Order: sequence, then C-alpha cells, then structure tokens
Amino acid sequence: MSSEAEMVKESISEAPVAVPKTKSMSIIVTKGSLDWAYPPFILATTAAAMGLPVSMFFTFYGLPLLLKKLDLQVTAAGNPAMKMPMFGAHMGLPNILTAIPGVDAACSTMMKNLIKKKGVASIEDLRELAIEADVRMIGCQMTMDLFEYDKSDMIDGIEVGGAATYIECACQSDINLFI
Amino acid sequence: MADKTLDAKGLNCPLPILKARKALKEVPAGGTLEILATDPGSVADFQAFCRQTGNELVEHSVDGSVYRFIVKHTAA
Repeated sequence: MSSEAEMVKESISEAPVAVPKTKSMSIIVTKGSLDWAYPPFILATTAAAMGLPVSMFFTFYGLPLLLKKLDLQVTAAGNPAMKMPMFGAHMGLPNILTAIPGVDAACSTMMKNLIKKKGVASIEDLRELAIEADVRMIGCQMTMDLFEYDKSDMIDGIEVGGAATYIECACQSDINLFI
Repeated sequence: MADKTLDAKGLNCPLPILKARKALKEVPAGGTLEILATDPGSVADFQAFCRQTGNELVEHSVDGSVYRFIVKHTAA
C-alpha cells in the first residue's frame, strides 16, 4: 500500500463514532470583490452540505453579490498579500500600476481564468448551489436604499431585511461569521 | 459495486463535497455512493463530511492522482 493510502487509512480509523449535534451558522457578507466573494459562499454551501442551517446577510459592498448579473472584479491596489502564480513564481503588482486604466480589469479576467482552469466553482454557481441548498439569503434594506438598488435588480429567492433581522439570525445561530 | 458513481475529478473544493451531498440524496438508505476526486483536500473533507453528517465512509483508496471514496448513506 502506498504511504499516502496508509496515511488516509490511519486517520479514518481514528474517527469518532458519535455524530455531533448539528449547529447553525450565520454569515454577514460585507465585501463584494471577486476574492472576497469566495469565503462566504464556500463556507455557506459547504456548511449546508454538511447539514447546517445557514443564513447569509448581504450588506454594504456585499449586497451587489445578489445582483442578477455579476461582473466581479479584483484589484491588486492596497492588496500587499495578493501574489499570483506567474512565470513559475508568486508575483505582486506595484500599486502605481493599478492606476493604469484596464489593469484591474485585466487582473480580474486573469483571476477568473485561473479559477476556471483549476476547477474551482464560479461565484454564480456557488450562489445557485446556496439557493438550492436552502441557504437563507437576506439583502440589507438600508444598503439597497443607500446605493439605490431595487429588489428587481436582485436574483429571485432572497429576502430583504434590516439589522434586527440579522440580529435575530445571529441569536439563533451557533456560528456567526463577519466576512 | 456502488449504487451510484460521482466523477468529481478536476473539481476543486468545495465542489466534490457539494456534488456528493446532492448525489447522496439519490442513493437509497443503506446504499453506497462512489466518488472519484483529484482534489487532495477531499481526503480530509470526506472524513469530516461523514463524521458530521452521520454517513459512513466505508472505503477509500488512492490510485495515482485519483482518490476514491465509498460513502454509505446511513444518515437519517
């Protein structure tokens, strides 16, 4: 047996037998760039797949993640930890270059291509999977008023609520994440 | 022979788990689902998934770069 298979076999035999009590989770989504969209959607869909009831509250820059048509962007500006695999190394982009028109759009396209190439789900797919898995998706009413979005701009299957709606979600959830 | 096979090769986290959950719904109680994946993270993930959901990870193996899992639908 290969050493990898032995490692897997060992760790499985250590697994406890009792099933843990199911917890619930709420996530506040406050950012809407391509990179920041991933953590909430991956956590929500995976938690739902593992049996947890999940709610997501989209506020401020997270609200546009509920728009019917998504065109998520990423920027290297002010993102010192953003280093992408290029030419066999990890490279960052100097802030000054991000001021050149078209550079951010190019970086966003490159990241989307990398995501596709590596078999990672798109945000659109993860969002659909979240709705299918009955993840409760709530749009922040105040943010909609503030940035002049209409419910008709958003995908179907979402609720609209305010801070008190979120607080109730949080009170009922074991795990509360602010992303 | 598993009741159903899910080919999750080339898919990255969290897709193998998400697709497995969906596929498992179509497997009758006591039946088995075979999952093939290339994502190395899926090794720990399927164990965690089974522990958390109460399904049984009957078998696992790796053949080159392909991981194979057999999950028995034992959860309520």
